[in-house]
Amino acid sequence: MGPLTSRLLALESRRGWSVFCGLLLVAAVLVPVLHLATPPDSPLHVPAYMVSLLGKYLCFALLALSLDLVWGYAGALSLGHGAFFALGGYAMGMHLMRQIGERGVYGNAGLPDFMVFLNWKELPWYWWGFDGVLWTALMIVAVPAALAFVVGWFAFRSRITGVYFSIITQAMTFALMLAFFRNEMGFGGNNGLTDFKDILGYPLQSDATRVALYVASAVMLAAGYLVARFVVASKLGRVLMAIRDAESRVRFLGYDVTAAKLFVFTLSAVLAGIAGALYVPQVGIINPSEFSPAQSIEVAIWVAVGGRGTLFGAILGAFTVNGAKSVFTGLAPEVWLFFLGGLFILVTLFMPKGIVGLWGQLRAKIGEGVQNVAQKHRA
Amino acid sequence: MWRRSTVPEGDGTIVAAEPKASAVPARAGRRTAAAPAAAAGTVLYLDGVTVSFDGFRALNNLSLVIAKGELRTIIGPNGAGKTTMMDVITGKTKPDRGHVIFDADTDLTRLDETRIANLGIGRKFQKPTVFEHLTVFENLELALKCDRGTFRTLFFTLDAARARRIDEIMGLIGLGDRRAFRAGQLSHGQKQWLEIGMLLMQEPQILLLDEPVAGMTDHETEQTADLILDINRDRSVVVVEHDMEFVRRLGAKVTVLHEGSVLAEGSLETVKNDHRVIEVYLGR
Ligand SMILES: Nc1ncnc2c1ncn2[C@@H]1O[C@H](COP(=O)(O)OP(=O)(O)OP(=O)(O)O)[C@@H](O)[C@H]1O
Ligand SMILES: [Mg+2]
Repeated sequence: MGPLTSRLLALESRRGWSVFCGLLLVAAVLVPVLHLATPPDSPLHVPAYMVSLLGKYLCFALLALSLDLVWGYAGALSLGHGAFFALGGYAMGMHLMRQIGERGVYGNAGLPDFMVFLNWKELPWYWWGFDGVLWTALMIVAVPAALAFVVGWFAFRSRITGVYFSIITQAMTFALMLAFFRNEMGFGGNNGLTDFKDILGYPLQSDATRVALYVASAVMLAAGYLVARFVVASKLGRVLMAIRDAESRVRFLGYDVTAAKLFVFTLSAVLAGIAGALYVPQVGIINPSEFSPAQSIEVAIWVAVGGRGTLFGAILGAFTVNGAKSVFTGLAPEVWLFFLGGLFILVTLFMPKGIVGLWGQLRAKIGEGVQNVAQKHRA
Repeated sequence: MWRRSTVPEGDGTIVAAEPKASAVPARAGRRTAAAPAAAAGTVLYLDGVTVSFDGFRALNNLSLVIAKGELRTIIGPNGAGKTTMMDVITGKTKPDRGHVIFDADTDLTRLDETRIANLGIGRKFQKPTVFEHLTVFENLELALKCDRGTFRTLFFTLDAARARRIDEIMGLIGLGDRRAFRAGQLSHGQKQWLEIGMLLMQEPQILLLDEPVAGMTDHETEQTADLILDINRDRSVVVVEHDMEFVRRLGAKVTVLHEGSVLAEGSLETVKNDHRVIEVYLGR
């Protein structure tokens, strides 16, 4: 066994690995089996809408996880992570557009419908290559990474931290939203990219394809979790936490703070991009609203609710908040934003460590209570 | 792993006693020229360093020579510029004028904090800063001298020899039984020691300690003095301190800083009897 293998095995305790494998089995095996192998009237049956809903949540969870890596560990609150998600989504969307081929409304194999509509004669150069799977896969990873690297390089090198970093990342996603709204940009403007037909030759509408995308999301989330775990459990993870607590002190120890932050910010953008790429075929559309600043803020709320700096909390938070959102939008959509705002305030005030920290908080409270009672008893 | 220095154990008597007179005036005219080189046996050489904050001169044409292996104490009233001097040496503050030469020919004023730290200059801050969320062991492990590249750090594994070294230092700073404690749980004095321990892990050539015994009990102060004398057997140490009893105990050469420049230099006795020093301390 090499040193790397043993380090991978040591990422989690025995119990941690059991929980991890258990959750992965439930998400990636049990849910699809219950969907495919049980009759629709069985109480165990998982309906198709539930599978695609869970698939979306899994992508959100990966996005939340990626944010937790930079915010929870390196202390840099990015409020522009939706942009990396959206860029990964657009890269996937462009591929799916090219797969439509002659089946579009205009039947033009060389150009997507919206370009024909705009009277464009040829495919812009930045669309070249998106017919290919490999090129698309590369772009899903490389475009968010490149953006994060450039923005991070300027921000971290200039030692922009705290709220200023948050504002810069908000500005970044806002600027991208405005850009992608423009028709001349060649990304479908307002409407974005949609009307996808198939992925890797399989029809997107079919049940089997949806289940496959769902399983892929579950597996990617698990893989993303392990990568993030590897980083935070390494010595670099401790450097990041040290940066979060006392950045300048880390410099005097001789670590390159800029490089460490740049690494984790870029890695995080890659995970967010992959999440976006898996999200788009499952919802069937990508448009500029994914870049909206509010979207990115919501991601931060997921992480805060679940408990930042724990990785698992981010996943839990994404599921909890989005589950609540699905319920609310069914019952009373107009109060959702108030609920979300209220939730955020409550969590910041009373649950600084989120849901994950709740257990410890409760235990401390109970301990205090017991002590008080004991003291009274003695008095 | 200790780097035994070959220079005489320093009480600093060989060092130019009047650096102001010998070095500064001669260079005053060519401040912008290439950095000067320090004499052999010098670990740190500040030459005409001036730092202004909005027109206020925190350091005013400060010159100072620290020999290899020397132990030096620096005293001076509040606001004399002691911390600012350390800021300049470690790259936190860039001086308006002057040079800081490390180890004969490296001009520190051109380098950033990270580079300077990796050259072998360790610093303890006036306000103890350890990483509160990390354990005592992890704090020391972060300070451990090794390749600090980002990817090297990601794939770093602690070998047995280095783990032993951390344990050794943990014992030296009296925290052997606090290994798994979070640094935030330590007492003030223990944090100060942990920080000194972290400096030792870095294996620097020179240690800069800013008020290492502030807030310590008399007993802790004594222990710290012994620890510093012990450390000084292998490397140069510069200590800034207000506590005169502690300074006396270190028994090293004393530099008095006042309004950003050197007021007096010599043994504690000489300095204490200097009328300018008495004026500065009593005249406040
Ligand atoms: N960043 C800064 N901006 C403005 N003024 C500063 C700055 N840093 C230090 N000063 C001023 O420079 C002077 C020297 O400060 P410094 O901290 O070096 O003093 P010190 O000798 O360490 O004092 P103490 O004994 O109180 O620690 C003080 O008057 C201080 O107010
Ligand atoms: Mg000071």
